[in-house]
Amino acid sequence: MRSLLAANAELVITIVKIVLLLFIVLTVNAYLTWFERKVVAHIQSRWGPHRVGPHGLLQPLADGLKFLFKEDPTPAGADKFVYYLAPLLALTLAMTSIAIIPFGPEPIRLFGHDIYLGIAPPDLNIGILALFAITALGVYGVALAGWSSNSKYSLLGGLRSSAQMISYELSLTMSVVGVLLMAGSFNLRDIINAQARHPQWGIFGWNIWPQILGFFCFFVAAIAETNRAPFDLPEAEQELVAGFNTEYASFKFAMFFIAEYTSMITVSCLCSIMFFGGWLSPFPASWTVTHYLPSVVLVPFGLWVIMDGVRYETIFGRMVLPVVGAAISGLGALFVVLPSLNEFIQGPFWLLSKIFFFLFVYVWMRGTLPRFRYDQLMAFGWKLLLPVSIVNVILTSFVILMWGAK
Amino acid sequence: MTAPLVVFFALAALAVIGAVSLILQKHPIHSALSLIVVMVALAGLYLLMGAEFVAAVQIIVYGGAIMVLFVFVIMLLNAGVEEHTNLSKMAGAPGLLLVLALAGFVAATVAKSGASVQATAQTGVLSSTKGISEMVFKDFVYPFELTSFLILVAILGATVLAQREKS
Amino acid sequence: MVPTNYYVILSAILFGLGVFAFIFKRNLITIFMSIELMLNAVNLAFVAFSQAFGRLDGQVFVLFVIVVAAAEAAVGLGIIILIARNRQTLNVERVDLLKL
Repeated sequence: MRSLLAANAELVITIVKIVLLLFIVLTVNAYLTWFERKVVAHIQSRWGPHRVGPHGLLQPLADGLKFLFKEDPTPAGADKFVYYLAPLLALTLAMTSIAIIPFGPEPIRLFGHDIYLGIAPPDLNIGILALFAITALGVYGVALAGWSSNSKYSLLGGLRSSAQMISYELSLTMSVVGVLLMAGSFNLRDIINAQARHPQWGIFGWNIWPQILGFFCFFVAAIAETNRAPFDLPEAEQELVAGFNTEYASFKFAMFFIAEYTSMITVSCLCSIMFFGGWLSPFPASWTVTHYLPSVVLVPFGLWVIMDGVRYETIFGRMVLPVVGAAISGLGALFVVLPSLNEFIQGPFWLLSKIFFFLFVYVWMRGTLPRFRYDQLMAFGWKLLLPVSIVNVILTSFVILMWGAK
Repeated sequence: MTAPLVVFFALAALAVIGAVSLILQKHPIHSALSLIVVMVALAGLYLLMGAEFVAAVQIIVYGGAIMVLFVFVIMLLNAGVEEHTNLSKMAGAPGLLLVLALAGFVAATVAKSGASVQATAQTGVLSSTKGISEMVFKDFVYPFELTSFLILVAILGATVLAQREKS
Repeated sequence: MVPTNYYVILSAILFGLGVFAFIFKRNLITIFMSIELMLNAVNLAFVAFSQAFGRLDGQVFVLFVIVVAAAEAAVGLGIIILIARNRQTLNVERVDLLKL
């Protein structure tokens, strides 16, 4: 048994990583729905979920149970095979794309093996292309769901989504060309390292400054690719009664839901990696004081949770929240006590904060922007986004040709 | 059997099954799905050969754009199940003959000249995207420019074709 | 290492199936798809030979083929939409009149 493990160490490590990542992504997904509902509620001066558990924190669990126990009808005249295939496809592809994201710069040394954070091998030459390939196939989930449900709303949703995806994929791909030119590589790690060329520049070395046009195009196109507001025409509740997933119920609907949130996470990862320096700290490398920032954030937050917990209305909340707060504070204190752990945590900390920021922007946009009309969507994609991203490519290549990629 | 061979046979079987299914399926959407399976299997084969860039482009352009266009048109036109007349069923026989002749011809040619073509390359050369870009922009720059012109013409053509006549 | 012959034979099989589908299928869109299948089969042979000779020309050709296929799909599907609009059918046997 031991020798078998040792012989296939790479395989075992990869499988463990996959299971861990799946677990983390699914949990984050669940709490992302809670987060979204809370934020949108506060934007609209409501409370949001607050009945199930303290601050509604057990709401995702209740939602999950509801999804599992709902009736799961198949519409009459549906194309069975495709109808079942579509949600599977959507979920699998969304989950696969997150496997390519690297989450930290340095490998950990465990049991005599260098373990990198992230599933894909660190020297994956076609990183960003592979990601685009997987997201490109993601259209089929939505389009086939719309077609196979045998319902006019779904069909309209599927049609809209396939047209929208084709249109915005062009700008999506064109907008990253500038970043690729500056890094000279498709590898996501190389792209991040290229932004660390001047360690003293900190935040000013990131791609966001020279590539601001590219970032604008990328972010807008990515939102359209993930079918999120204000580009959620394929599922527009008010006109199409949830569009392509009208006929889906129970866990098949949940699969679409998870797929959508997972691709939100992927896009946030990509934004932070390509334009915001990935795991790089915004401060110059010589400011080592900033390495205590994770603790400075975590400890007061934990203390605040404890304070809030002691005064909470329900007994359950008074019991649970202080424990959670103590755990958070303890984690923060642990980083201060163990300097090597603190060093290791720097990269993931910054990457996760950036990802969190972009997820917040996603929710923020949903809470504030009205949906586009269909012709506006097409005009915006073809007449504004695509030309701007092409101009960005030309400008970037011109500058690099004249002065080099510094 | 070595690991690459196993992967090759799995992907090859997937591709052939997809192609056969393209023929046997009655509904165009199912045929399109089968074709997508073939394309993904071929992309896997390109990866196996170390041609990473071509594999990615294969999936992005073929899988993500061209086939989406097909699916879109099938959905737009609401294409139904394919119908065969007696005459068209007869067309199957000569087609099969042709396929057999073609496959036999290629197999014979390959068998005859098989010894001369041996896999000699090291995959390091092939995986270089840099090499491809240098070829495209240096050795093949005129054909490359021509294709961009072709695309421009295609865009114009598609626009003109899809335009509704004003009545 | 997989022998190049295997790839070429697979490519021949796929191309043959594409030709057969082209002759046998009756739906315009499916016929168009079988052309794509043939192009794909040829691409496979290109990449296989590119690997065999250790040169990148084959892969560049594949890129060109893909570009041409994209252009062809755009125009071809435009024509198919026109046919469907004018004749209300996608069956090639019903599209046998030069003039409506």
